[in-house]
Amino acid sequence: MKKPSSSPPPVLTTALAASWLLLNQTLALGQIAFAALLALALARTTSALRPLRPRLRRMRTVPGLLLMVLTDITRSSFNVARIVLGLVGNRPVHAGFLDIPLELRDPHGLAALATIITATPGTVWVGLAPDGHSLTLHVLDLRDGIGWIHLIKTRYEQPLIRIFE
Amino acid sequence: MTTPGLPLWVTVPGTLLLVAGGLLAMIGALGLVRLRDFPSRMHAPTIGTTLGSGCVLVTSMLVSSAMLGRPVAHELLITLFVVVTAPITAMLLMRAAVYRDAIRKRSRR
Repeated sequence: MKKPSSSPPPVLTTALAASWLLLNQTLALGQIAFAALLALALARTTSALRPLRPRLRRMRTVPGLLLMVLTDITRSSFNVARIVLGLVGNRPVHAGFLDIPLELRDPHGLAALATIITATPGTVWVGLAPDGHSLTLHVLDLRDGIGWIHLIKTRYEQPLIRIFE
Repeated sequence: MTTPGLPLWVTVPGTLLLVAGGLLAMIGALGLVRLRDFPSRMHAPTIGTTLGSGCVLVTSMLVSSAMLGRPVAHELLITLFVVVTAPITAMLLMRAAVYRDAIRKRSRR
């Protein structure tokens, strides 16, 4: 087994420094230096808790994915609101569990997928099969199961595979 | 109390977003009452925590930026932390419910 390298994880360090600066609302030189020191120290001490590091490839997929997730959140919010208010006419709404075959294996990619699915109203993450080959979701408006599987696989899983694997 | 006069391009979208955010949070809460079973009820409050809180945070950024005369964006951190921590509670609740239903089904047999 490879020994964990002692260099600080770059993405985590940058994210920590950026959030410190954002939190203090400053770009003063002293604060930038302090943010760098703090981020390095925090990243180094916490990397012992999680030695597994994400390998980020294709970062240019990220903005497109974020935009897609934002539009989906907005659209599903209105869909779920319509169901709650009973504005779907006489159409019966069936909620149910849905199994999705999964090709994404990277744990960080799976965490990102869980975040997207939970943040989108109308879908909730139930669990991953023990072998990791299938994901169970609960869907509020399960009219078109195949459509949901297609949507999750093409809109979220494919970009995440491109980013993390 | 005198409030600094905010320009119209801040007050109009700010007000609309605040009202929209409040309505979305209320619809989410209403869903808890109206939907029939536990897993379905999990979906409704998400409207409030994502789009609803998003509306309020955008308003906060807009109004604070206009009042202070400089860009204010640390609300983005709230969004980040809400979005990143939400799956943990959602998964725990959902798994607990699935487990409970499995036990109930077994004891009924």
